[in-house]
Amino acid sequence: MDKENESAEHSQDNGLKEITARPEWDNKVQYLLTCIGFAVGLGNVWRFPYLCQVYGGGAFLIPYVIALVFEGLPLLHMELAIGQRLRMGSVGVWSSISPYLGGLGVASMAVSFLVGLFYNMILAWILWYFFHSFQSPLPWSACPLNLNHTCYVSECEKSTPVNYFWYRNTLNITPNIETSGSLQWWLVLCLASAWCIVYICFIRGIETIGKAIYVTVTFPYLVLTIFLVRSLTLSGATDGLIYLFTPNWETLKNPTVWLDAATQIFFSLSLAFGGLIAFSSYNAQKNNCERDALIVGCVNSFTSIYASIPIFAILGFKANENYDDCRNWNILRLTNAFNIGDENITLENYNDWLNYLNTTDPSEVQSLELKTCDLQTFLDQSATGTGLAFILFTEAVIKMPGSQVWAVLFFVMLFSLGLSSMFGNLEGVLTPLLDLHMVPSWMPKEIFTGLICLTSFTVALIFTLGSGNYWLEIFNSYVGSMPLLIIAFFEIISVVYIYGINRFNDDIEWMTGRRPNIYWQVTWRFISPLMLLVVFVAYVIVEAETQPTYNAWNPDYVNFPLADVQYYPGWVFAICVLLSVLPVVSIPLVALYKFTGNSTVTRSNKFRTISLR
Amino acid sequence: MLGKIFFLLCLSSAWAEDLCSKAVPPEAYYVRLSIKTALGDKAYVWNDNEMFLFQATLAFAMRSQFSGQEYNVSNIVVCDETPRVSFWFVVTSLEDPSRLVSRGDVEQAVRKSRNRINSAFLLTDQTLEFIGITPTLAAPVAPNTPPWLIVFGVVMGAVFAGILVLLVLPLIQKKRKKNQPMEDEDSDEETQVKTAENGPERSGVYNMSFSDDDKFTQM
Repeated sequence: MDKENESAEHSQDNGLKEITARPEWDNKVQYLLTCIGFAVGLGNVWRFPYLCQVYGGGAFLIPYVIALVFEGLPLLHMELAIGQRLRMGSVGVWSSISPYLGGLGVASMAVSFLVGLFYNMILAWILWYFFHSFQSPLPWSACPLNLNHTCYVSECEKSTPVNYFWYRNTLNITPNIETSGSLQWWLVLCLASAWCIVYICFIRGIETIGKAIYVTVTFPYLVLTIFLVRSLTLSGATDGLIYLFTPNWETLKNPTVWLDAATQIFFSLSLAFGGLIAFSSYNAQKNNCERDALIVGCVNSFTSIYASIPIFAILGFKANENYDDCRNWNILRLTNAFNIGDENITLENYNDWLNYLNTTDPSEVQSLELKTCDLQTFLDQSATGTGLAFILFTEAVIKMPGSQVWAVLFFVMLFSLGLSSMFGNLEGVLTPLLDLHMVPSWMPKEIFTGLICLTSFTVALIFTLGSGNYWLEIFNSYVGSMPLLIIAFFEIISVVYIYGINRFNDDIEWMTGRRPNIYWQVTWRFISPLMLLVVFVAYVIVEAETQPTYNAWNPDYVNFPLADVQYYPGWVFAICVLLSVLPVVSIPLVALYKFTGNSTVTRSNKFRTISLR
Repeated sequence: MLGKIFFLLCLSSAWAEDLCSKAVPPEAYYVRLSIKTALGDKAYVWNDNEMFLFQATLAFAMRSQFSGQEYNVSNIVVCDETPRVSFWFVVTSLEDPSRLVSRGDVEQAVRKSRNRINSAFLLTDQTLEFIGITPTLAAPVAPNTPPWLIVFGVVMGAVFAGILVLLVLPLIQKKRKKNQPMEDEDSDEETQVKTAENGPERSGVYNMSFSDDDKFTQM
């Protein structure tokens, strides 16, 4: 253990770096943009606004900022600093600190690989919608006709055209997870194109990634600004914004708010994937990583807040349109039943007319079964994740003039956001493999990256099955959550207590010219590990409370189009547990392996010395 | 002769008034017009002339469907006109004014000439409703090649071209450099470049003093 660290120090002291051939960033901007691109992803656009809305708007910002300051920034700074100092990917870094900790890097690599699988499936779905945005009218605006053209397809009529397009035309989803269905060829095509696009950017590692991110990271901000300007001019936008930002201080008493804020910051910054360590390892050692961490963390949070404004303005517009449609339906019912002149009842005098008609003929009004139209109910129809992008937003877009333009812009923005996050995932896999010299020397880098992409594509074909969406939800919940918390906890404990906080402070002083101040000391030593532990325990408790269920789309369900809530069958639940446990099982396994390996070495040494005597 | 025709006409109009005062017969169809919704500012006022046009168009529809049978305005009996502009109508048969044409026949006639009836009133299937006669839904335009495949083809073509360029370009550059005369320093720098490109390097410590670090820092 000591030997490896000594040699690292030696090579640093003498200036004779062993790793001279290590690739480097063209300039600082490239490095910062790549880290920002990795951190800023789809979650900033479709998870943060949802959390803001559900947890009392402006009030949610308080636990969010607290989590950022006490958990996000310290972990971010630590990862960037350790990668920059030890100049290796995740496996190499943790092995350098202690050979027993090599499993930590393997765990990061495994999680990066698994997350990369399903993340690119989401990109494939985005591509599918992008390809379909070049039609007029948009395909999700109207229901298709049935075979003999007499009426609309019943599944579409009972739900909405947008839902039908997502669940039937795109996913062709099966009624439950046990029914696998077959590979949907159109999704396989889209997945292949998503992986090809990722490959072309990733083909030579950070050399090509560094060029691609200039576009993929800046473009979403441009589109968000365009959407911001457009959405604020839509009618009903202010309703959405008021709804989003009105603080409801009561929600702060609910512990799940704090838990969700902590997990959101954690996953939003893409910590514990090993990608950030990989990116910073390509830096020159004398680089101000403290400032980098502050920049990346703050830009990420700013982007979340900035993205929620147009999203909610547009959702407010959509809620208003739905509200008007509801009231117009009522008006038509009244007009037809009472044979009142057409257009005599308007949205403005609707209430007066209703009262008048109720007094004159209440039984008739009762029999009409008028809908209760409440703007609040429409505003409450929120969704997170794919529901927001592919259902709510697409529905809003068809009501906006010039729908094709907005749809194309939106999906290209989502694709760029996801693509820059994919780079981090893949770097978290590639860099450790390169550092461990697992690549045969005859194989050029292009072929190796191609192999990684091909393997990932093949394994990800499960998400193109009929039940693919259900599996993706499983991966998202079980791989992309608990293992990361465990890895991050071990990361910070390793750096602070095994590598040694004093040594770490010295390193940072050498790299940045300034010793980390009291804020970093306190958070690294006590607050962040404690917060991570609390969050992890709370997360496990919350998850263990209920038997996990999933929402199935079942056209034969009694209450269709409401979601058919089903329990996971036993074998699926076993897979879920396996997905949570497998990545992190490498941490104790590698430690055990090294421990037994060491003890056998010392035993055989003793034997040799004994025999020599 | 004239007298007889005159007598029949009086009889039919009297019969029509009789019909309206009775209960709605099963052969009747309800009609509903939404003129203001369809035309907005350019809406015309519904009056007796418009009603006459309606009766005439419907008579035309019956004539088109049943060729040879000369239906007239008097055969279309309209009742219960409301401010909504809704009413019901029946079609009396040519031979016997007391008999009504069956629903099925009327429906066929209306469906056949629906477009003409709509156009006469500048309305659409949704704004001129015959309750019970569902409008034929517009068949969706299905192009031969789905447009999404076209976009997919364009994007994938660009991506494959890019991948080819990125893979082939360094090979071409290598060939070009091989053909040029080289000095030792160049070959050293070149191997350093190659090593940087391929990641896994040779073992041993590299002496930096002879190579120009700045030039090759990127890769």
